[in-house]
Amino acid sequence: MDLLKRELAPITSEAWEQIDAEAARVLKLHLAGRRLVDFSGPHGWRKAAVNTGRLKHIEPSAPDKVAHAIRDVLPLVEVRGNFLLEKLELDYAARGADDLDLDAVIAAAERVARAEDSAIFRGFPAGGIVGMIEASPHAPVEVKTPSEWPRAVSRAKEALRLAGIDGPYALAAGPTAYAELTSEGDDGYPLRKRLQESIAEGSLVWAPALEEGAVLLSTRGGDYELTVGQDLAVGYAGHDKDKVELFITESFTFRVLETKAAVLLKRVSGS
Amino acid sequence: MSSENYHEPQELLSEGTKNLHRAIVSLREELEAVDWYQQRAEATSDPELKAILLHNKREEIEHAMMVLEWLRRNDASFAENIATYINSAGPITEVEKGQQAGEGGAATTGSTSLGVGSLKGEM
Repeated sequence: MDLLKRELAPITSEAWEQIDAEAARVLKLHLAGRRLVDFSGPHGWRKAAVNTGRLKHIEPSAPDKVAHAIRDVLPLVEVRGNFLLEKLELDYAARGADDLDLDAVIAAAERVARAEDSAIFRGFPAGGIVGMIEASPHAPVEVKTPSEWPRAVSRAKEALRLAGIDGPYALAAGPTAYAELTSEGDDGYPLRKRLQESIAEGSLVWAPALEEGAVLLSTRGGDYELTVGQDLAVGYAGHDKDKVELFITESFTFRVLETKAAVLLKRVSGS
Repeated sequence: MSSENYHEPQELLSEGTKNLHRAIVSLREELEAVDWYQQRAEATSDPELKAILLHNKREEIEHAMMVLEWLRRNDASFAENIATYINSAGPITEVEKGQQAGEGGAATTGSTSLGVGSLKGEM
């Protein structure tokens, strides 16, 4: 048995298939960071930390003593989003139902995807993760109105180029930014089409965790690394006579290797 | 050109799928080269040429393994199966069964991962 303990769940293989498929669908839809950063893994549950190659707490010693230094590692963070499903509903799958009510799976998958993306963009201090936004030395580019997006993206790209960061570039846009970019401008022309001078067609990524605006970053590789131990999976927590408690889990950490490779475009109140 | 081997219109394929295709085609080419060098080395009557061909064969194996490692890092299914079979012991056809027994019969409860892996290039 592994840590997911799936074989203990009173769930038929037909229901597991639908749960897994729905979880994978929602996760792939909501995960933005994985579309943009380098990926290392999956390395399995036993992967505990990433070697940074550095030392910390270096204590020099007197000539007659021994000096100590501690290797700096980045521990993997385990996330887990629990949810409840009705046993009666799940059993319908074995009777041929292919439209199970899996709203709880969707909500949990959204929470877990948000946790991963939040760590990537914003960091997770308790896990030692510094996000790409907080690591960035670039001043945020403010966007006061929807029509300012194309110019703001152009300014952000210029900041990256001045810092020596090559493309290709991609724009991860939060819910508000994405809605504004995909709507029509004042002249009826979609704003996203005006981004083509700055980023290639198809380089706009929906990033629901990015509520503050958007991030323009280089996707050339070598700047950001997501390390995954156990990749996203559904496991079993427990059950009573009516309900089964499951969870979506993964273990991961995130490293910024080049701080200058991203710029925050901050949507501020204007209109 | 690897794009000649696409089975679907390129505009329907993500960058991730195209990169996977490039890697798979490269792996196939490297392994074919290993096969060719092995046969030529065995067939030649010139000892020096034989040594060169065997050296080249080893180089191609190195190239193939580099591509395979890229596939492992970028495709969760490759990673899962490599973890199952590479460096395993005992009859190869029994490895998966042995692992499932060790996991308490995971075959009936599905995969231990959703296979999300890297989505880089999928916009």
